[in-house]
Amino acid sequence: MSILIDKDTKVIVQGFTGGEGTFHAEQCMDYGTNIVGGVTPGKGGQTHLGKPVFNTVKEAIDATGATVSMVFVPPAFVGDAVMEAASAGIELAVIITEGAPVRDMQAAKACAVKNGMMTIGPNCPGIITADECKIGIMPGNIFKKGNVGLISKSGTLTYEGANQVVNEGYGITTAVGIGGDPIIGLSYKQLLQMFEDDPETEAIVMIGEIGGDLEIQAAAYIKENIKKPVVAFIAGQTAPAGKRMGHAGAIISGSAGTAKEKMDALEAAGVKVVVSPAEIGKAVKEVLS
Amino acid sequence: MNIHEYQAKQIFQKYGVPTPKGIIANTPDQAAANAAELGGDIWVVKAQIHAGGRGLGGGVKLAKSIDEVRELATEILGMTLVTHQTGPEGKLVQKVYIEEGADIVDELYLSVVLDRAAEMPIIMASTEGGMDIETVAEKTPEKIIKVAVDPAYGFQPYHGRELVFGLGITDKAQQKKLINFAKKLYTLYMDNDAEMIEINPLIKTADGDFLALDGKMGFDDSALGRHPEIEDMRDISEEDPDEREASQYGLSYIALDGEIGCMVNGAGLAMGTMDTINYMGGTPANFLDVGGTANAETVAKGFEIILKNPNVKAIFVNIFGGIVRCDRIANGILEATKLVDVNVPVIVRLDGTNAPEAAEILKNANIANVITATDLGDGAAKAVAAAKSA
Repeated sequence: MSILIDKDTKVIVQGFTGGEGTFHAEQCMDYGTNIVGGVTPGKGGQTHLGKPVFNTVKEAIDATGATVSMVFVPPAFVGDAVMEAASAGIELAVIITEGAPVRDMQAAKACAVKNGMMTIGPNCPGIITADECKIGIMPGNIFKKGNVGLISKSGTLTYEGANQVVNEGYGITTAVGIGGDPIIGLSYKQLLQMFEDDPETEAIVMIGEIGGDLEIQAAAYIKENIKKPVVAFIAGQTAPAGKRMGHAGAIISGSAGTAKEKMDALEAAGVKVVVSPAEIGKAVKEVLS
Repeated sequence: MNIHEYQAKQIFQKYGVPTPKGIIANTPDQAAANAAELGGDIWVVKAQIHAGGRGLGGGVKLAKSIDEVRELATEILGMTLVTHQTGPEGKLVQKVYIEEGADIVDELYLSVVLDRAAEMPIIMASTEGGMDIETVAEKTPEKIIKVAVDPAYGFQPYHGRELVFGLGITDKAQQKKLINFAKKLYTLYMDNDAEMIEINPLIKTADGDFLALDGKMGFDDSALGRHPEIEDMRDISEEDPDEREASQYGLSYIALDGEIGCMVNGAGLAMGTMDTINYMGGTPANFLDVGGTANAETVAKGFEIILKNPNVKAIFVNIFGGIVRCDRIANGILEATKLVDVNVPVIVRLDGTNAPEAAEILKNANIANVITATDLGDGAAKAVAAAKSA
């Protein structure tokens, strides 16, 4: 078991024939992802990486039965691409693109919600179900199969966390990078519940950062709904207020969005909070033994 | 990206959001000429820097004659203005905005920002104009009215009613004026991909008009590509020169006041590295994300920028290679040490894709100053120890 995706998931790639799309689609196929085709407007009818290219998402779904789209469309056009996926009937769009205008993502997210499409990202490493399906840009080899679910705003901290979990002798069911932009798709709450419902997942690692209040909402949700042990790290305890720390959403505004208030809320909800990402592996071992 | 008050007001005027009349000046003579052109018998001389609290810092002053405008402009131009938002080093004033005086009866607050939880813009208003809104939010949150506007449907009359009744405005003509004001502000927020607009204070004059006495605007950096006229308003003298230089090489850099330089791939891991250094008893000298496509040139540039900071006593290179291969980073470090004189200990932790090959490269090169680490905790501990013994 796993959440959201497995070896049978049929995936199309939007922005299939571009540089990034090509490179990562190939890596995903090597990992075992069932990529059934891609979309590049104007290149319909061609074959790319041995798979059919379509002009529109609708045509791609009709021909392949795809339910998930991996989106590599450049930032200026990504809002449009996500709305196209939503109205064509895609069930989950994984948006890798970095630097999407917030206004566009606001509209795209609203359109996705209206059409019942889940989204992940933008500006995220994607999602991986260990040994089955990778939809994103993470190095697949570090994600050994196991019983820990992982949710993270940061790409490299996802790798860091997964690697430590594996080094402690455990492994990953599914890891989801939700992205660090101001407006994102699936967030901690929904994903925590999916891991709670997944029989194979025994513990959950959640990695957050400064800015916004998603982690505070997650803490409240954990307290009421999550029985499985949760380990958390919040990046940015040493970040100065008012400065944007790399991610568009990683900014402390006034006294809101600090690492401390998030860590306190999570701790109060019974979460095992670590002060350094170097402690994630040990903390997982502790909650599982 | 942020802009100056006078630039924000130019945008306001384009959209019909009322402001007092004003003209920007670079010299005291120009300031005096502007005052003469504006006419009247009272003017405000306002320092233009990207920070709030200018009035308290002595950067906003009232003049009652053209000569006084010239005197005040002479005083303010070239001063280093320190406010609660500039940090102790302050900011150099290079421009003053000369504005006609206004007859203030009441001061309000109005802003438009993205509400991340609601995933739509919200208009915030308060009767507590002129005060720091964060203080108001903390002490009297009931005095802040928040109205979320769904961009799919736009600004509706009820949004306006919630605002004016919330502010206790009962006069029909005034209600209409303020609703119109808020609607225009929302429109210009959306049209220009603004990240935030803040008017504090928004004043009511003796004639019952509403004017934006101040104006602060920030924009979504990701959307600047489609707003060249906004991009043209960028004032690079307001930006940290090191941060700016770094960004030209695809590096994201922010200076801090500690002793251990950090070079990391990924923003989250970069913050996590700073936190780990702190946890181990050290202090980070900077945030630096080398991005996903780090190569020898960017690594060298990173070293150069970090080493400009005289407080740096050790550098911690922490890379978790995903798509980026560690052997390439290791070679980058070798190249960098040839290009830049690295005169402090460099602790290197390379994990992930091709990490064993990278370790081999660093071992064989045997560079003085380079200390290898096995994982994040080990690397941070070694960096803290190196900085302490320096």
